[in-house]
Amino acid sequence: MSELRKIYGLWHREVIRYWREKSRIFSSLILPVLWLLVFGSGMRGMELSGTQSYQTYIFPGIIGMTLLFTSVFSGISVIWDREFGFFKEIIVAPVSRTSIVIGKALGSGTSALIQGSILLPLSFLVGIHMSPVSFAILIPTMVLISIGLVCIGLLIASLITSMEGFNFIMSLVIMPLFFTSGALFPLTSAPGWLRDFSYVNPLTYGVDVLRWGTFGGTGSLLPIYAEFLILALFATAMIMACSYTFSIKK
Amino acid sequence: MRTKFAIETKELTKKYGDLIAVDKLNLTIDYGEVFGLLGPNGAGKTTIISMLCTIINPSSGNATVNGFDISRQSSNVRHSIGIVFQDPSIDDRLTGRENLQLHACLYDIPTELAKKRIAEVLKLVELEDRADSAMRTYSGGMRRRLELARGLLHHPRILFLDEPTLGLDPQTREHLWTYIENLARTAEITTIITTHYMEEADRLCNRVAIIDYGKIKVIDTPANLKTALKGDVITITTAQPKKLATRLTELKLTSHIDSSRDTIRLAVANAEKLIPRLIKIAAEIGVEVSSVSVHRPTLNDVFLHYTGREIRAEEAESTLKKHMIMRRRTR
Repeated sequence: MSELRKIYGLWHREVIRYWREKSRIFSSLILPVLWLLVFGSGMRGMELSGTQSYQTYIFPGIIGMTLLFTSVFSGISVIWDREFGFFKEIIVAPVSRTSIVIGKALGSGTSALIQGSILLPLSFLVGIHMSPVSFAILIPTMVLISIGLVCIGLLIASLITSMEGFNFIMSLVIMPLFFTSGALFPLTSAPGWLRDFSYVNPLTYGVDVLRWGTFGGTGSLLPIYAEFLILALFATAMIMACSYTFSIKK
Repeated sequence: MRTKFAIETKELTKKYGDLIAVDKLNLTIDYGEVFGLLGPNGAGKTTIISMLCTIINPSSGNATVNGFDISRQSSNVRHSIGIVFQDPSIDDRLTGRENLQLHACLYDIPTELAKKRIAEVLKLVELEDRADSAMRTYSGGMRRRLELARGLLHHPRILFLDEPTLGLDPQTREHLWTYIENLARTAEITTIITTHYMEEADRLCNRVAIIDYGKIKVIDTPANLKTALKGDVITITTAQPKKLATRLTELKLTSHIDSSRDTIRLAVANAEKLIPRLIKIAAEIGVEVSSVSVHRPTLNDVFLHYTGREIRAEEAESTLKKHMIMRRRTR
C-alpha cells in the first residue's frame, strides 16, 4: 500500500506540472491540427483503396503521432530533473525504482488522456462521426500507448547525458517510429522491407487499434485482441526495462 | 536497531577508472555529533556523502548508517537519513508546500501527521507566509531553507548537509547556522556537514575531518586542531630584521623564523607571553621595533597546513561549468 501512495505522489507532481503549463497543452495541439488540416488537405488527391478520404484516414495516425511526440519527450524530460537536481530527491527516497517509473508513466498517461480528449472532437472537422463507443475505446488505448512510449523516452534519457543529443534521437528514433507506424499511409500498399519494419514497431499496433476504434471496428492488421495484448505486453516490458536501468547505480 | 555509531565506514573505497575518489576510508561518527567533512574541491567529500546516502555503490569496503548496511539495506538507510544536497533539488514549478507534500508521500508519512509536520518545519525555517508560492519565486536562501525543512520532514536520525550555505549572503548563512545549531541541541539529530567555509565548520562542528585526495589527513575537534598547529605567528616590523632574526635564533626562542626586507615572522606556541621578552631583546641589541602583530591560527590555517596552498585547476573549471549551467537555467 505504501508504494501506491508514493506512486500517487509522483503522479500528482507530473499532473501539477502539466496543468501549470497551459501554453504547452495549447502548443502541443498546433502540430496535429496542421498535419490534419494542411497536410491532410494537400494530400486529398491520394488514392486509397477504400472509400475514405485521406484526411479521415490519417486522423488516428495523427493522434498516434501526438502521443508519440509528447510521451517520448515527457520521458526524456527526466534529463532536466537529473541536470537540475530534482531527480536526486527521488532516488534517495525510500521508493522502489519500479514505482518511480510507474508514477512517471501514469503521469504521462494522464497528460495523453487530456490531450486526446481535446483532439478527438477534431474528428468532426474532417467528417468522421464517432460514436460514444469509439471514445470509450480510444481513451484507454491512448493511455496504454502512452505508457509504453514514455518508457522509450526514459530509456533514452538514461543513455544520453544532455539535451544536446536530442536532435539525434529525434531523427534516429522518433521519426522512424512515426513513419513506419502506418500513421500516414496504409501498410498494405508499402513495400515488403518497410512492412517488416512496421511489424516490429509497437506504434504500428497502437495506430491500428486507434484506427479500428475510430472507424467503428472495421479492419485491423491482426485480430484486435492480439493488438491490445501486444500493446499491454510492450508497456509492461518497457516498465520493467526502465526499472532495471533506474536501479543501476554507478 | 540501535548501534553504537551513527555512521561507521570500513575501508570504504570508490574508484572511477584509475581515479581513486575515496581511498580506504575508516571513520566513525557518534550519535548526536555535528561532524564536518572538510576538503578542497574534488577531495572526495561529495563522493563519500553519495555513498552513505546510497546514491552510488562503493567499489570496495563497506559502511553502515544508523546501523544499516549501505549496500544491502539501502531502503532502511534511506528512511534514516535526511539530505540537503549541494545543488538545488526542489521542483521549482511546484509551491513550497507541494514540494513538502510530495516528500511526505515518498516517505510514507500519514496524511494527517504530514499536515502537522509540514506546518512545524515551515515554522522552523520561517517560510509559512510563502509556502503557497511557486518555488521559482523564492530567493536562493529561501530555497535552501525549504530544502532543510524538507530534509527534516520525515524526522531523520541523521542529516546530511552538503555545502549547505554555498552562495548565500552572510545574513542568510547566519540564519541557517542558527537553525543547524538548534537542531543539534534540541532534536538529537546527528549532522554531517561538508563545507569549505572554515568559519562554518569551526562554529558548528564538534569534530571535523580534513580530507584530501580521498583520504583523511587529520580528524579532531576544531580547538585541538588549532592548538596542534602550535601556530601563533608573531610579525615584527623593524628597520633591521636580519639583526633581530639572528639574535632570536641564537636564543632558540622559536621553532621557525623567516625575515623579509622589513619584517620578521616567527612561529611560537604562546605569543602573548613572549612579546614583552621580544621587545626587551630588541632593545638590548639596539633594534627599533615599529610594530608587532599576533596571528592566532584559525581553522583556515589548519586546512591549508594539511591540504597545501595550490589551487586545483581542474576543479575550478568544473565549478565554472556548473555556474554557467545555472545561469543558463535562470535566463
